[in-house]
Amino acid sequence: MSVVRAAVVAAGQSDHGRRFDVSMAEIAREAIDRCLGSRGLGFSDVDAVVAGNMEMFEGIYLVDQLFVGALGALGKPLYKLNTGGTVGASAALACYHLVASGRHRRVLGVGFQKQSEGSTQSAITTVGDPVWERAVMAGAIGNFAAMASTYIAESGVSMEQAAKVAVKARRNACLNPHAHLKLPDITVEQVLESEMLAYPIHRLDFCPSSDGACAIVVAAEDLAGGLCEHPAWVHAVATAHDQQYMGDSPKRLAVMRSLQAAAKKAYGLAGIEDPRRDFDVAEIYEPASYAELAMCENLGICAMGQGGALIDQGVTLIDGPLPVNPSGGVLSTNPVGATAMIRVAEAAMQVMGEAGEHQIPDVKRALATGYGGNAWTDIMILARERPRPDAQVSA
Amino acid sequence: MSSERAVAFNREQAVRIEQQITLQYRFAAGYYATHFFTALRDHAKILGSRDAQGNVMVPPRPVCGLSSLPMNEWVEVGPDGVLAGATIVYVPFIDPMTGVQRPVPYGFGLVRFTGADTSIYHLLDATAPSQIGVGKHVTAVFKPREQRTGSLADIQHFRLLD
Repeated sequence: MSVVRAAVVAAGQSDHGRRFDVSMAEIAREAIDRCLGSRGLGFSDVDAVVAGNMEMFEGIYLVDQLFVGALGALGKPLYKLNTGGTVGASAALACYHLVASGRHRRVLGVGFQKQSEGSTQSAITTVGDPVWERAVMAGAIGNFAAMASTYIAESGVSMEQAAKVAVKARRNACLNPHAHLKLPDITVEQVLESEMLAYPIHRLDFCPSSDGACAIVVAAEDLAGGLCEHPAWVHAVATAHDQQYMGDSPKRLAVMRSLQAAAKKAYGLAGIEDPRRDFDVAEIYEPASYAELAMCENLGICAMGQGGALIDQGVTLIDGPLPVNPSGGVLSTNPVGATAMIRVAEAAMQVMGEAGEHQIPDVKRALATGYGGNAWTDIMILARERPRPDAQVSA
Repeated sequence: MSSERAVAFNREQAVRIEQQITLQYRFAAGYYATHFFTALRDHAKILGSRDAQGNVMVPPRPVCGLSSLPMNEWVEVGPDGVLAGATIVYVPFIDPMTGVQRPVPYGFGLVRFTGADTSIYHLLDATAPSQIGVGKHVTAVFKPREQRTGSLADIQHFRLLD
């Protein structure tokens, strides 16, 4: 069976933030209209739709039925996914697979979430196993804080080093017209003086709750060049899961087994030998400042235990050797169902040369990751160059 | 998009619809959890499941996540353990089991029972970061027998030993 080469050819985002002025359907449409509109496309140019949403945040469990019109899926296949925080990337990977398999030629991916419509912390309780975990949950923040403590014990990273990540994100966000939390004058001291949510996580170490949507179009090789001057060709997609319960991973965050496994697969497919050298930009799913440093270690961007030195040396700054999250990242914008698709969209925009004020010069290869649920990972690698006809892209 | 709207739209006066939905669930705990919670409730014992390679998992489960082998044996673990992760939570959080806000600050962490290869989250008897730390020793404090119902909440919290 031959595999069709595929590329991300368009991306669009809503304005992210507290969006009391739009319904869920309308915020999805805002992203879709901008995505399709950027290439002069309409719904009739889309063969199938993949939608990503974490239903429990809004408590609407048939978004694929209720928003079928808004999502442009009347009379077409519409596949809805929920894989937790990963879902936007899972939807992007599904778009890729639908095109690569030859099943469809132009697939629209949409991720959307309105955190403001429900209780985020209560909804996150429903992520936990009802028998084993819910009785003693402490929300996303307590969970991340405990994970961060393990990472600190392993890597020796300091509060100041984590705060530098928080500063980088919110300054980068000022260059992104869609970002939620923009703080041009933020300092390390302000991060360290912000309210302690759960030791060692300060308010400014953590992501906001956002309303937002993101859309992409993945097209087959014979159409991609006609839709977009510089398509973002898919060179690798990979997914890996860890064990099911929150305490199963012996060194959560410090040693992220699913991230390591997915990266190993994806790097092998795309011929990545040294991620710091071979990528020009990375958009990774960092819901907390500490997470970005730990994820950079687990992705091989630096050696294990060197996350603190990585930010101290400025490697991941927007003008550094390998910018990480020039969009401002999850720390600046987190509409959960859209968040991981935003990573893919931002990586694609960088490859397409359409990232505007936060464009990194001359991007040839970009990394996007999604992180969700307890500890699982999606990875997509995008590049300016078309893959070889016989290249294996999926593992 | 606003420029395309046929009538004026004041964003500040956009309508929001308030709803509260109460849903009731009754989860079948199954063989593994039933045996675990019965031992916890009746005997204040912590049980893990073990596979043929000797891996021990808490919570107990049908298949080992490390070996993918079935877990057909039971073994007692704890009640002592070490912290694999720990935090002091300051942000108000509604306890999902009671609907009541937990008093802050409170300790929260991942406890690896002596004899187990995995950890569970639970509450810690600590209110300051100086009291907690990865690698510190803890022990389970059980509720009195008459208050135990067969739930992880039958463990009141974990007490720091170091």
